[in-house]
Amino acid sequence: MRELHVDQVADAVARLVQEANFKLSDDVVRALSQAKSLEEAPVGQTVLMQLVDNYTIAESERVPMCQDTGVALVFLEIGQDLHLVGGDLTEAVNRGVAKGYTEGYLRKSMLNDPIERINTRDNTPAMIYIDIVPGDKLKIKVDTKGGGSENMSQLKMLPPSAGWEGAKQFIVETVAAAGPNACPPMIVGVGIGGNFDKCALLAKKALLRDVGTPNPNPAWAAREQELLEEINKLGVGPMGLGGTVTALAVHIEVMGCHITALPVAVNIECHSHRHKEVTL
Amino acid sequence: MARIHVTTPITPEQARQIRAGDEVIITGEIYTARDAAHKRMVEDLAAGRPLPFNPEGAVIYYVGPTPPKPGQVIGSAGPTTSYRMDKYTPEMLRQGVKLVIGKGYRSDEVKAALVQYGGAYLVATGGAGALLARTIEAAEVVAYEDLGAEAIRRLRVKDFPAICINDAHGGDQYFAGQSQWVKPDAMVKPKPPVASE
Repeated sequence: MRELHVDQVADAVARLVQEANFKLSDDVVRALSQAKSLEEAPVGQTVLMQLVDNYTIAESERVPMCQDTGVALVFLEIGQDLHLVGGDLTEAVNRGVAKGYTEGYLRKSMLNDPIERINTRDNTPAMIYIDIVPGDKLKIKVDTKGGGSENMSQLKMLPPSAGWEGAKQFIVETVAAAGPNACPPMIVGVGIGGNFDKCALLAKKALLRDVGTPNPNPAWAAREQELLEEINKLGVGPMGLGGTVTALAVHIEVMGCHITALPVAVNIECHSHRHKEVTL
Repeated sequence: MARIHVTTPITPEQARQIRAGDEVIITGEIYTARDAAHKRMVEDLAAGRPLPFNPEGAVIYYVGPTPPKPGQVIGSAGPTTSYRMDKYTPEMLRQGVKLVIGKGYRSDEVKAALVQYGGAYLVATGGAGALLARTIEAAEVVAYEDLGAEAIRRLRVKDFPAICINDAHGGDQYFAGQSQWVKPDAMVKPKPPVASE
């Protein structure tokens, strides 16, 4: 059985949280560039140009593109034939987050307790998600997610009679209510099905897909496109100042569900979508 | 819509001159404050203690910057979402603060307070923290150092770019801008402004 020392996981996480904050991924750069060609409002175009200037400065000076360097979401896909050695995996991931945020001069935004509210000063705890997959590799996906867009996210347990029309209405209303608060043009992660908790996770995982990559199921890919068109009718535009590009993409992930249920979760991501991955 | 250059502190006349949709270019000293700092300022006032800065004509920027790298004045410094300060903003305006800068929608109470006290709500481009930091020439913590990124800092800015969303006359640029681009068959329409003169 292949062995991997958890120190390698910590080092990879430390590197990924910094890379994510300093350099926008190619898929997001492409999506913003496409948005510039689609945006009709002059003020919207001005905002999009500022965003391009911003990520160019961030990359060349190695400073965070946004001051909210986020909560570290760490998705681990662990091969079932891999043996992790050398210590506690959760501790190693948190050690990597602390190292990356401290050495990279990233903002520490995490608190010890939601009511007591004392800053932990190293941006831990990370949000860690583990999937066991075939093989002997470890894939680490990191998303440093800002609080502004996360706060605009919603979950609703719809009655089955609501159907696709009801789901669509809820998703569009959630995006409209988020408006400028969520730093549009946004990326809309949607989870449909599962149960209360799986649905929220589906919405979050939908954001991991490279921006604009359609759902492999053609029916769901068509619904993603339909939603994107509905959202871009809202007129919200870049930073909510009015325009024709409110979202860069809508990604939907689905799962089977109980006969009584139609859970729908909307996890909103800002234009500054910072995600990076590595396979060890 | 106009481009207006202002230098702090802001006079009552200047604040009333700024209209929704105007580009407002700010030079001078501005103060940073976020959720935790606002909570503490309001507690200080209730306990009879003065604010940590002179509020008369002051500008508050809702930002929690990243730590500066060695040799830098400040790290990344874009606006945070403003609605979390809604509970505290009317009191800040009552104390004499004239401009507040953040991003996103404000409550009806804040919009009414802007009309009542003659202030304006401005936004800067969210997420453009590296770009906006270039307009910041100096930064020093003036209060609540224990709050870290949320401490109150005095920033010296030169030509900081903002756009007025809500003015002292009930104007609302989010409504105006979105109304112009919303499609007739959109599932949700922009929310009309409520406060007016």
